[in-house]
Amino acid sequence: MEPLIAVAIGTLFAAAVYMMLRRSIVKLVIGLMLLSNAANLLIFATAGMVRGAPPLVPEGLSAPAGAVADPLPQALVLTAIVIAFGVLSFSVVLVRRAWEIVGADDLDKMRDTDS
Amino acid sequence: MQLAVLGGFAMAGLAPLLHQWFGARTPRLMALLPAAIAAWLLGQWPAIAAGEVLRLEWAWVPGLDITLTFLIDGLAWLFALLITGIGALILVYSGEYLRGHRDLPRFLVVITAFMMSMLGLVLADNLVTLFVFWELTSITSYLLIGFNHTDPAARKAALQGLFVTVGGGLALLAGLVMLAGAGDSWSLAELVQRGETLRDHALYTPLLLCLLIGAFTKSAQFPFHFWLPNAMAAPTPVSAYLHSATMVKAGIYLLARLHPALGGTELWVTSLSLVGAVTMATGAFLAIQHTNVKTLLAYSTVMALGTLTLLLGLGTPQALTAFVVFLLAHSLYKGALFMVAGILDHETGTKDVTAMGGLRRAMPRTAVVAGVAALSLAGLPPLLGFVGKEAMLASVLEADAWRPLILLLAFTAAFLTLAVAAIVALRPFFGASRQTPKAPHEAPSAMLAGPALLAVLSLGFGLAPGLLDPLVAVTLAGIGAPGAEVHLALWHGLNLPLVLSLASLALGLLAYRHWDRLRARLERLAPLMARGPEAGYEALMAGMVAVAEWQTRLLQNGHIRNYLAMTLLVLVGLVGHALFFRHAFTLDVALEVYLHEAVVAGLMVAGAVAACVMRSRLAAVAALGVMGFSIALTFVLFSAPDLAITQLLVETLTVILLVLVLFRLPHFATLSTPLERLRDLIVAALTGGLITALMLAVLSGERLPRISDYMIANSQPLGHGHNIVNVILVDFRALDTLGEMFVLALAAIGVYAMLRFHAREHERRRPAPPGERDDG
Repeated sequence: MEPLIAVAIGTLFAAAVYMMLRRSIVKLVIGLMLLSNAANLLIFATAGMVRGAPPLVPEGLSAPAGAVADPLPQALVLTAIVIAFGVLSFSVVLVRRAWEIVGADDLDKMRDTDS
Repeated sequence: MQLAVLGGFAMAGLAPLLHQWFGARTPRLMALLPAAIAAWLLGQWPAIAAGEVLRLEWAWVPGLDITLTFLIDGLAWLFALLITGIGALILVYSGEYLRGHRDLPRFLVVITAFMMSMLGLVLADNLVTLFVFWELTSITSYLLIGFNHTDPAARKAALQGLFVTVGGGLALLAGLVMLAGAGDSWSLAELVQRGETLRDHALYTPLLLCLLIGAFTKSAQFPFHFWLPNAMAAPTPVSAYLHSATMVKAGIYLLARLHPALGGTELWVTSLSLVGAVTMATGAFLAIQHTNVKTLLAYSTVMALGTLTLLLGLGTPQALTAFVVFLLAHSLYKGALFMVAGILDHETGTKDVTAMGGLRRAMPRTAVVAGVAALSLAGLPPLLGFVGKEAMLASVLEADAWRPLILLLAFTAAFLTLAVAAIVALRPFFGASRQTPKAPHEAPSAMLAGPALLAVLSLGFGLAPGLLDPLVAVTLAGIGAPGAEVHLALWHGLNLPLVLSLASLALGLLAYRHWDRLRARLERLAPLMARGPEAGYEALMAGMVAVAEWQTRLLQNGHIRNYLAMTLLVLVGLVGHALFFRHAFTLDVALEVYLHEAVVAGLMVAGAVAACVMRSRLAAVAALGVMGFSIALTFVLFSAPDLAITQLLVETLTVILLVLVLFRLPHFATLSTPLERLRDLIVAALTGGLITALMLAVLSGERLPRISDYMIANSQPLGHGHNIVNVILVDFRALDTLGEMFVLALAAIGVYAMLRFHAREHERRRPAPPGERDDG
């Protein structure tokens, strides 16, 4: 699975970069979302993808019986997902306010602070 | 001693406060410190004369082997004495010169700091310490030259001096690092012991050239001489100090200090002799074209510095003896003459010697002092300058290489200097009286005391040069001619140097008589002069500014996407290069995939691509949703239930938020040309490809043991939780989670504030009648 997901992650990164290079500020935000998802997936997949062995300790035992998926990257990604959501909601509201004030979705029209 | 120097810096900082307490007496009070140091140095004379080397050690940065070690041998002693002795006189003098000046406290701060930097420079044993003090003198002299900061010419001159000396300082730094590497020591005292190793070292030529550039820029050698006369924009006490004992002597000091270690080779002899001789003649030649008394003196300083460099280049015991005598003579008469120039400026209101005349009647004592000092400058008996000049001519006559050329240049310099001396001492004081902007009167004694003392010393040592024998001998030991027999005398009998002196006297007086006509003739050379090194400096600065503008406009163009594209391309280039060329990139991964996994991955990619190409925002948001839920499914399939839950929740919230907030935004407009899109596509594809390649490389490589084994084993026993991911979040890495909560809280506050602001604006607007509504 890893080579396939590697290609998928590469595509996600490419899409994110392409969107972030656009002039439209909404597209910039979409690029930001793509980027955070791609990065999360990258961290998750690089640790090794394991089928059907969640890092859980069965009831009554003090440690998992067999090998389980690495829990640490999962914990990191979990944090990252939530933070990415915080950043996204902030930037979306910011974009909305900027659009209301500037009246344009074009980054090149936001060149001075007076408009 | 270290305490004295550091205390001096502290006193510099306190100067404004002292000035508030003591008013106009502050300079005299502050002169006590350099005077005390000078007295202490004089007290050390018996030890120094016996050939002892005082080492005052103080670890500064022990980890880097940097010590604040002061080394006082004959050479350092002589320089330190000149710096503190003349420094004390200058402080007293400037108290009068700048009496009542608004910025006197600032002046005192900077000149004291400058004095201490200079003192540290000549006493330093460690190369790093030396460099730090060297740069400190550059910076403080910048502040001194630009003292009259309201004058654009002063600012320009200060900046020019700073650029030239600091540019040379960079070369010096490179040279010092190479020197320390080649000699395997940061201590000057140890380095001069290892001369043979250094001279045979492979790095000898580059390190010497770097050091020479540093020393030549500081000491205003041709072709870097132009900054020094421009530095005349400084107040006269500063010029007197900079020229007589400090700043420009720093480069000379460094050359003298390194002479035992690096001197004597063909490169050393040739470069120093030729540069010195050319500087000498250039300085003297440029001097007689000017009528401003300070500029005249400044060019004669260039001449003197050239002489000192030449003598160090020749390097024979006789030349080195001449070096020490000339150094001392120059410090004494140049300090005196500059202070006299300051008096003339102060009392008559002009600096132009052609505008003065007959001042000996109004200021007889100044005239005497000026006359004595100028005789020494001219190199006439019975003054110390004569002893120095005779010794210089004698050693030039013995030069091995380039003798005719050097002799010619030295002789030219000698007779032109004589003319300069006559211009400075005779022109203002003799002849018919002229109307000057201020009615001339005798200078106050505080101003006359300094130059008078220096003139008396010039005369005294000239009459009895034998007094200097022990001093010259110990100084020579520091420069690399230990045990040399020194017998200075005024009268050596009728020999070739004396004949040359007489010839230069005749020619010099001739040049003085016809000075006005000579100057008019030289005016015609002005177009040629405009192409000198200074024009090169101007062109270089203009070029640098142009390049800076060009590259700023290219790189800092204000478009964040261009910065992003450039950053990514550099990243792709560097990491890609390392990945494919520095490490053999092998693909060693088994592709083992089920159909449903491939479908999920395909949906994810399709969603991402669709989000990029959709024309409507809602469709783009929907496509993003598809991608997000596919990622959640991936988490489900690959043993990450917690991630899947979180991703599902967040994705749902995101879609709702986007739909709500972006709903009212317009359709995407096409803002870029196809070419731009192609360019961005290439950047994006390269970045994506790099990430894929990186990930494959990571997967192909050796797996390191994972660090979470501890957490897996201890989640239940220590954390009492069965879900290891949750235990990590709330227990093992609880601080991370705390930080995450802060971020979320901040984002929430930001969102709330923006929405509240928005709502209040609406409330304000709604009741307003249509006419008053603004459309922002």
